[in-house]
Amino acid sequence: MVTTARDRAREEARERARSAAAAVTDPELPMLTLADLGILRRVEAGPDGTATVWITPTYSGCPALTEMRVDVDRAVRAAGFDRVEVRTELSPPWTTDWITDEGRRKLAEHGISPPGTAPPRAAGPVPLTLLPTRTVPRCPLCGSDRTEELSRFGATSCKSLHRCRSCLEPFEHVKEI
Amino acid sequence: MSGDHIYSVLGEEHGGDTRWAFGTGFTDALSGVDTTLPGGVDGQDLALYCQMLGDDALVQAQRLVHWVTDAPELEEEVALANIALDLLGQARLLLARAGQADGTGRDEDDFAYRRGSAEFRNVRLAEAPRGDFARAVVTLLVLSSARLAVFTRLADSRDPVLAAIAAKAVNELAYHREYALSWTLRLGDGTPYSHERTVAAVADLWPFTGELFATHPVEARMAAQGVGADPADVREEVHAVLTQVLTTATLDAPAPFPEAAVAGREGRHTPELDPLLDELQKVAREHPEATW
Repeated sequence: MVTTARDRAREEARERARSAAAAVTDPELPMLTLADLGILRRVEAGPDGTATVWITPTYSGCPALTEMRVDVDRAVRAAGFDRVEVRTELSPPWTTDWITDEGRRKLAEHGISPPGTAPPRAAGPVPLTLLPTRTVPRCPLCGSDRTEELSRFGATSCKSLHRCRSCLEPFEHVKEI
Repeated sequence: MSGDHIYSVLGEEHGGDTRWAFGTGFTDALSGVDTTLPGGVDGQDLALYCQMLGDDALVQAQRLVHWVTDAPELEEEVALANIALDLLGQARLLLARAGQADGTGRDEDDFAYRRGSAEFRNVRLAEAPRGDFARAVVTLLVLSSARLAVFTRLADSRDPVLAAIAAKAVNELAYHREYALSWTLRLGDGTPYSHERTVAAVADLWPFTGELFATHPVEARMAAQGVGADPADVREEVHAVLTQVLTTATLDAPAPFPEAAVAGREGRHTPELDPLLDELQKVAREHPEATW
């Protein structure tokens, strides 16, 4: 394979745009970058100053998405691109399984319990479960597994609210989806 | 990034005027998504179908918002507001799709703020008065169970945009149904008073359930083309779900869904919808040129 100067310039531009977009943080979970969250799908860019970034929404109604698009636009422009397009990619839908190990570590470090493995998506109707089957998260503050759910919905759609019965501290958990 | 705790991080200034989402010029919920219509699909039909699904969510979200600052516990207020937000997100995507499919280029705001009640296509249960908490829980149980069943099928739609919206919504709706059923169990199998209120809620709402499974001609055509789902096909599945929840909650097994004609899907609504829209559309009507 022959690598031309043009290929190298394109690759350099793409990497520069990708790093800029990847470093943008989530306004609701500001310890996480878009790369940590796994919502940055792909980036194309050229030495002519054009860049296209594809991101995927976490929840349909996530109000942070618009702001993240603005931040990506600004970050990529600051990296030297003057024609930037931020596109939405809906399929396949985002899952918390795409949060990187680094992202999970940062969540725990900031007192938020990271998600477990998302429930498998089987074909056919979503089975009805009358008893709580979701995983019981460990307390991110003291590590105890004696925790209870206070509310299935927390301060944002992506989190539920829990309390540790050992250290008595309340904490948030990123829901498996 | 500094500080050990989320709240100290949240307090940090990101800087710049574009910090906030509104007024940024990014208004298209489907920006950059390939919106080509699948072969042989009538754009007018698809647009109406998306309005039906979108209006169900938009009107239900507006109803749920009435619990904000007025729920029995802060946790329930937050939960109901989050459910409303998920539904609003689904509505935005579906209404944006409707405006592309019918070629008018109308955006989500045109649909939400610039239509009269006769142009809304939601089922009437979505606009039913909010009532007490038991009624809110049973309404949510019925609507989320039916919507989950329909959207599970739509995830295989021949329209890739509808399929993508549905695949995402299924995960959200599963949480909504879980929330509603957990409260149905607590209220039904709770005190004699909570039991009685839940029985009354089921009795009050049941006449509206039949319409959820009545097929509008647009739904029939969309289903036949592999784009939509015929609501009549989920009738038994949803009834089985509700029977299991209600009997576990020590309530009587529900009566069969009543036979009903299409009403809300044709724009025929209860008198409750107009005041709901007056509230939803107030700012847009008073300031027609406003943007947000």
